[in-house]
Amino acid sequence: MSFPEIVFYALGAVLLLSALRVVTARNPVHAALFLVLSFASAAGLWLLLHAEFLAITLILVYVGAVMVLFLFVIMMLDINVDRLREGFWRMLPLALPLALVLLGIMATTLAGPWFGLAVRVPSPEDAARSNTREIGQVLYTDYVYPFELAAVILLVAIVAAIALTLRARKNVRYIDPAEQVRARREGRVRLVDLRAPRGEGGGEPPASA
Amino acid sequence: MTALENLFGAAWPVVWTLAKILAIVIPITLCVAFLTLAERKVIGYMQLRIGPNRVSAFGLGWTAGLAQPFADVFKLIFKEIVVPTGANRVLFLAAPTLAIMPALAAWAVLPFSPELVLADIDASLLYVLALTSMGVYGIIVAGWASNSKYAFLGAMRSAAQIVSYEIAMGFALVGVLMVSASLNLSDIVAAQAGSGFWSWNLIPLLPLFLVYFIAGVAETNRAPFDVAEGESEIVAGFHVEYSGTAFAVFFLAEYANMILISALAAIMFLGGWLPPVQVDALAAIPVIGLLFAPGLHWLLAKIAFMLFCFLWLRATFPRYRYDQIMRLGWKVFIPVTLVWIVLVGLALQDPVREWPPFSWWF
Repeated sequence: MSFPEIVFYALGAVLLLSALRVVTARNPVHAALFLVLSFASAAGLWLLLHAEFLAITLILVYVGAVMVLFLFVIMMLDINVDRLREGFWRMLPLALPLALVLLGIMATTLAGPWFGLAVRVPSPEDAARSNTREIGQVLYTDYVYPFELAAVILLVAIVAAIALTLRARKNVRYIDPAEQVRARREGRVRLVDLRAPRGEGGGEPPASA
Repeated sequence: MTALENLFGAAWPVVWTLAKILAIVIPITLCVAFLTLAERKVIGYMQLRIGPNRVSAFGLGWTAGLAQPFADVFKLIFKEIVVPTGANRVLFLAAPTLAIMPALAAWAVLPFSPELVLADIDASLLYVLALTSMGVYGIIVAGWASNSKYAFLGAMRSAAQIVSYEIAMGFALVGVLMVSASLNLSDIVAAQAGSGFWSWNLIPLLPLFLVYFIAGVAETNRAPFDVAEGESEIVAGFHVEYSGTAFAVFFLAEYANMILISALAAIMFLGGWLPPVQVDALAAIPVIGLLFAPGLHWLLAKIAFMLFCFLWLRATFPRYRYDQIMRLGWKVFIPVTLVWIVLVGLALQDPVREWPPFSWWF
C-alpha cells in the first residue's frame, strides 16, 4: 500500500466513524464536535485529490464559522435527548423513503463509470496547477452570472432572515455607544462657584477665597 | 547531510520535515516564554514599576529577572491538574490541545525569508485564515467541558466575539490579495518590493491594516478586548477551572497566537523581510550592508514592534464593554473594509492604475 492509500484509508475510517457518532451520540454537543471531526477528515480527503482550495474552504466556512455558531446555539439550549428520540417510530415512514433517495443519489455518483461518466484521477499535473486560480478564472468569466445570482440570493436570504426576526421593541432604553464616545466634559460637568455667605453665622470662609 | 540521508534511508523525508518543524516550534516556544517576561517588564515600566527582577540565570547578577519565565513554567508543571466534578473529562483535557494546535500549525506556511519557508503552498493565505478560525474551539470546548457558569459565559463571549471579528479580518485580507494578485504569502511579500517602506501595503491599505491588527487583538482575546477572561466580571472566563500544565498550554496558545498575528501583519502589510529603506549605496558597504539587505532580521524586528504594540495597547486602554465590542466589529470595521475594498478595486482598474499615486503601488 502506498503512502497516499494509507492516508486515504485512515481519513476514511475517521470520517465514517465520526459521521456515525454524529447520529448516535447521546449528547448534542458531542454530536456537533464529531461533525467538526468529520468535516476535518473530509477536508483531508479533498487534499489527497489535489483540491486544496475546496479543502481549505471547507475548514474555513464549515469548521471555522458554521459549526462555531452551531455549537454556540446547542450549548445554550437545554436539550432533552429523550424527548428528541420520542418520535423515532412515528417519523420512520417519512424518513425511510428520504434515506433511500439519498442512498440512490450516492449510488449513482459512485457508479459513474457504469453510466458512462469519465472519472478524473488526480495526476501530477494537477498538483502543479493552482486550483485557486483556476476556480477563480472559471467563476468570474464563464459562470459570472450564475455566481452573481447566487450571491444576490444569499443577500436576499440574509435580509429576509433579519427582517423576519427584527422587532422594533418599545420601551427599551437603548444606549447609543457613538453618543457615549462623543460625550465630553463640557456637556456633563458644570462648575458652580458656591461660596458660603459671609457674616451670617456660616462659619469661616474657605481658605482660598 | 548525505551521510544523514543514508543513515535514515526511506524515512529521511519524514525525519527532515520533523527537524524543520522543530526548528520553527522551539524558537516560537522560547519567544512565548520571553514574551511573557517582556510583557511584564514593558507594562511595569509604563506603570512606573520595575517588573520581575528577582530570578536570575546561574546566579549572575546582570541577568536579574531574565529567568522568570522558566521559574513560572516549572511552577506550573509541578502543580496538580484538577478536573472539576461533573466536568467532561475527555473534552476538558482535549481543549488546551485544540487551542494550541492551530496557533502552531499556521506557522507551516509563513515565509521567514525568500528561501526559508516550510511549505510554500499556493493558498497559504487561505490556510492561515482557516487555521486561525479554528482556535476558537479550544476556548468553546474548555468553557463547556468545565461545567462552570463562569467558564461557560467566557466561552460564549469569546465565540461571539471571534466569529464577529473574523469577518472584518477576512475582508482586510481580501484587500491584500487584491493588490498582490496572489494568495501565496511569499508572493505577497515579493509584490511589496520596490522603493522601501513606500511600496509596502501599509500605505495604500492603511485602514485595512488598522482593522486587521485591531481584529487580531480581539481574536487573541487580548486587552482591551479580553472580555472572555474579564476577571472583574467572570473571574477568569473560559480557563477558570484550569490549573497546572493545562493552564500553561492555554497561556502558550494565547501568546503563540499573538506572535502569529504580528508575523502575519508584518508579512502582509509591512513588507515581511524587506528593509524599510532600499539604498544601493548602503547595501554595498561590506558588513553593515548585510543589515540593510532584505533578510530574516527585518521580519523579526517588525514582529517585535507589532508585539510591543500589543503590550502597549494592553497598558493603555481600559477593557471594552461587550456591546461596544460588537458595535465596533459589525458597524464600524465591516463597513470600513467593504468601502476600502471597493476603492481599491476602482484604483486597480486599467486607466486609473497608471496614474500616480496608484502607479507607485499597484
